[in-house]
Amino acid sequence: MWSYERRLEFPVNIKEPNAQLAQAIISQYGGPDGEMGASMRYLSQKFATPYKEVAGLLNDIGTEELAHLEMMGAIVYQLTRNLSMDEIEKSGFDKYYVDHTLGIWPQAAGGIPFNACEFQSKGDIITDLFEDMAAEQKARSTYDNILRLVKDCPDVAAPIKFLREREVVHFQRFGEALRITQDKLDAKNFYAFNPGFDRCEDCGCKK
Amino acid sequence: MNNKDQMLRDIGIVGFTVTELALYLDTHPHDRNAIEYFNHYNRIKTQLEKEFSKKYFPIRVDLAESNQEWRWGAAPLPWEGVCG
Repeated sequence: MWSYERRLEFPVNIKEPNAQLAQAIISQYGGPDGEMGASMRYLSQKFATPYKEVAGLLNDIGTEELAHLEMMGAIVYQLTRNLSMDEIEKSGFDKYYVDHTLGIWPQAAGGIPFNACEFQSKGDIITDLFEDMAAEQKARSTYDNILRLVKDCPDVAAPIKFLREREVVHFQRFGEALRITQDKLDAKNFYAFNPGFDRCEDCGCKK
Repeated sequence: MNNKDQMLRDIGIVGFTVTELALYLDTHPHDRNAIEYFNHYNRIKTQLEKEFSKKYFPIRVDLAESNQEWRWGAAPLPWEGVCG
């Protein structure tokens, strides 16, 4: 279970609304490489993960991703707070506004709704960890793209830079989890079987 | 920056340190220096949260005890930012 802390992991204080920017940045809330997918990916994968330390890491990183999801929601919310009808029409935010007013809803920058197909929970820890490492890099690339769009908005750039750094750290930790997993496998057979499903008696792959 | 904001900033800093050390220790469980760091910053975090919650608003629901109003419900919402 979880307990809530009434603070953001990194503060978000945006003074100027910018609906055009919000439409691009919302992708890291509910887009293909966003924080909703990240948190659901790790918090789903953890259940069938055969090694306790790796499952624990998935749980802890998944938990931090929930804090990142909240930060992204706060950024989009503060960028669209108190918009006038004129700003909504001029910025192109009208297409989002017609369905959600100024509510926060998980979608990609191009308008595609969040979908569980954006992540996988394969029940094979080798497969899952490679996906996780790729996911961290994809999110890092997206944050790099956002940073190029917000170079004149320091209020937005500061939390985005923080989130970008966390992708780099998570990639490193997942790489270590992959090494921990491989240490438990038959050295001659790293990628030939699923340690969570294929039970062989004498290869030392059991818990 | 007033004392409340400064304390909240400090909680954010030690909170981040604790999060970062916990992830590191998940994959390096035998690093005794890191365990010492974790213990040190985690104690500071707990202490700051207690002091802050008493003085300003409860930062976690288990720090919301009160004999009058429901302090948790009255606490600011973090996503509101400076305008909250």
